[in-house]
Amino acid sequence: MSTQLSTPVNRQSVEALSHSKGEPAWLEELRAKGAELAETLEWPKPEKIKMDRWNLTALGSHKQQDALTSTDELPEAIRELLAHTSAGLVIQRNSSPVLKQLSPELQAKGVIFTDLETASREHADLVQKHLFQAVAQDENKLTALHSALWNGGIFLYVPKNVEVELPLQALLYSDDSTATFAPHVLLIADNHSRVTYVDNVTTAYGSAEQQPLAKQMIVEVFVKPGAQVRYATVHHMADNIIDLTIRRAVIENDGRMEWIIGDLHDGNILSDTHSILRGKGSTSDAKAISVGKNSQQMSLTTGAVHIGRSTESNMVTRAVMKDKATAIINGITKIEKGATKANGVQTEKVLMLSPKARGDANPILLIDEDDVKAGHAASVGQVNVEQVYYLMSRGITKQNAERLIIHGFLAPVVSEIPIEAVREQLQRLLERKLEG
Amino acid sequence: MIIKEDLALRHPNSWREQFNMATHFKIDGLKASIEGKEILKGINLEIKGGEVHAIMGPNGTGKSTLASALMGHPKYEVTEGEVQLDGADVLDMAVDERSRAGLFLAMQYPSEITGVTNSDFLRSAINARRGEGNEISLIKFIRQMESKMKELDMNKEFAHRYLNEGFSGGEKKRNEILQMMMIDPKLVILDEIDSGLDIDALKIVANGVNSMRSEDRGFLIITHYQRLLNYITPDHVHVMMQGRIVKSGGPELVERLESEGYDWIKEELGIEDETVGQV
Repeated sequence: MSTQLSTPVNRQSVEALSHSKGEPAWLEELRAKGAELAETLEWPKPEKIKMDRWNLTALGSHKQQDALTSTDELPEAIRELLAHTSAGLVIQRNSSPVLKQLSPELQAKGVIFTDLETASREHADLVQKHLFQAVAQDENKLTALHSALWNGGIFLYVPKNVEVELPLQALLYSDDSTATFAPHVLLIADNHSRVTYVDNVTTAYGSAEQQPLAKQMIVEVFVKPGAQVRYATVHHMADNIIDLTIRRAVIENDGRMEWIIGDLHDGNILSDTHSILRGKGSTSDAKAISVGKNSQQMSLTTGAVHIGRSTESNMVTRAVMKDKATAIINGITKIEKGATKANGVQTEKVLMLSPKARGDANPILLIDEDDVKAGHAASVGQVNVEQVYYLMSRGITKQNAERLIIHGFLAPVVSEIPIEAVREQLQRLLERKLEG
Repeated sequence: MIIKEDLALRHPNSWREQFNMATHFKIDGLKASIEGKEILKGINLEIKGGEVHAIMGPNGTGKSTLASALMGHPKYEVTEGEVQLDGADVLDMAVDERSRAGLFLAMQYPSEITGVTNSDFLRSAINARRGEGNEISLIKFIRQMESKMKELDMNKEFAHRYLNEGFSGGEKKRNEILQMMMIDPKLVILDEIDSGLDIDALKIVANGVNSMRSEDRGFLIITHYQRLLNYITPDHVHVMMQGRIVKSGGPELVERLESEGYDWIKEELGIEDETVGQV
């Protein structure tokens, strides 16, 4: 029994905002429809997490931000997240896109990297054809609501056969918890293209007390035949934020999708990442790490849906749980009838640092085809006292011994991260969250 | 007395140099239990710098318990007795403090730790005793490590592998000796270092130990085969039964045990079962 206000938005308010931003009619209609759908659809119900008790309707209100002329104007905490070498940068602050840059070389090759609001005006054909095609608008209240009020966002299009060497970066941050923060990311990698995209989703509040804010984010990735997309994301926001994130990639013949997910957010999290292996020979790899602290609740799901023949997926999740934090970690390998020779492997491991923390690892295999391979491993354990004793017997203090073991637990995922800047940043954030 | 202990703890080497004192390790009436069951029933032993002591005895007589209790394994509870290293009260120290005070145990079953490379681990161990601000330089560390690894005929890649993970039994034992060489302890306990070693590996390990013999370092070698003692000649040999040292002698005792076994000692003692009766 949810007694929450069904939706804080309606057709009129959504249309008015869309209109005021000068959005095309098709988008205004999509938003209006989303607002209507949201009134009747239900919230998603993640396993073993009472998400309906979260402040899901604390959506804030739209606030326009002025564009930045350079990254020098960013707050220090955000500026230090800038990659040393990137070929393009898009920044969203609260409800608005505030900066976009793309190297002239990539522009000349036809690469588009901008905010999604701009893209829906300037590249309407591409956007309209893909927006809410990987994640349907009417899946649940969250997707519907998001379709009504998404703002800023990221749009990336890589044309056929174009290989982007350097990563493209996005910074998405909230510095005003009364402002709606609902980025939508749309990535399209056309045939045989190759690209790496990295984003940071964060906050810059300083020390001021903040009110709760439900941050919705949907990521849609389209990997066309033979294309390769690497998507690295790190979420590290203050604990007033409720992070509701759905990521989904649709992968066509011989395409490859790689996810690297750092869920290091301090508040409640719904994080659901799926690869839809539609084309034959398509592959996907997902690596996720998370640290839970205080009393945060986390529903962390990675999934792979095998539709095409000879598709392969690999998923690895590692989480460290402190204090009274709760994490429900689901790995879902689904192999549809007809996906012969498919191979899906998953591993979830949870390290418990506190008797009051909770960590569930749930490997779920749903297999409707005989001629396949699938494997899973899951474990939940504590820091091994024999290991601590062994390290201490060499003079290492108990505290350092535990630190070595915890970092060692995450290392097999962290060390696999192919982008050095992301790896180092993740390491720093891990350090902070583990020590703090 | 307190001043002496503090000095020995914080600056084991400077203490030694300053007072020109050779290592002196003394176990006095040590009793220890596991889960309420007494295993060690009063051990007395004294080891001075330069000496190699061997403890022999059949399985189940408490030899490994002695090693673990001395190092401070959390499973074992010391119920009585004293252990002193250069006058400092070992039993009063946490495991890491014992190590920094100069105690080293080469374990029978070293832990495997995923994600922690051998070299990171070794460097942490070395820096733990050097203290903050005085960390060993990376170059110097690598040079030292590689030269010791060469002595032990270890492949360089072991430095970058996760600690003991996927190591064979022999590789783990070599890795224990590598740690001993890098850490440079005052009192070394080798717990069944020979188990699982083929003859070539045994020779390498023995050479490693022999190269570390010096006037200010003591050794306590625990084994139930005399084989290792063909390569490392002990000065003193002790036989353990029923949780006590029941016989002590020189190297000639090893030969007699080799040819006659342990039955004659049991007869002398008038016992049938030499074990401590572990369930």
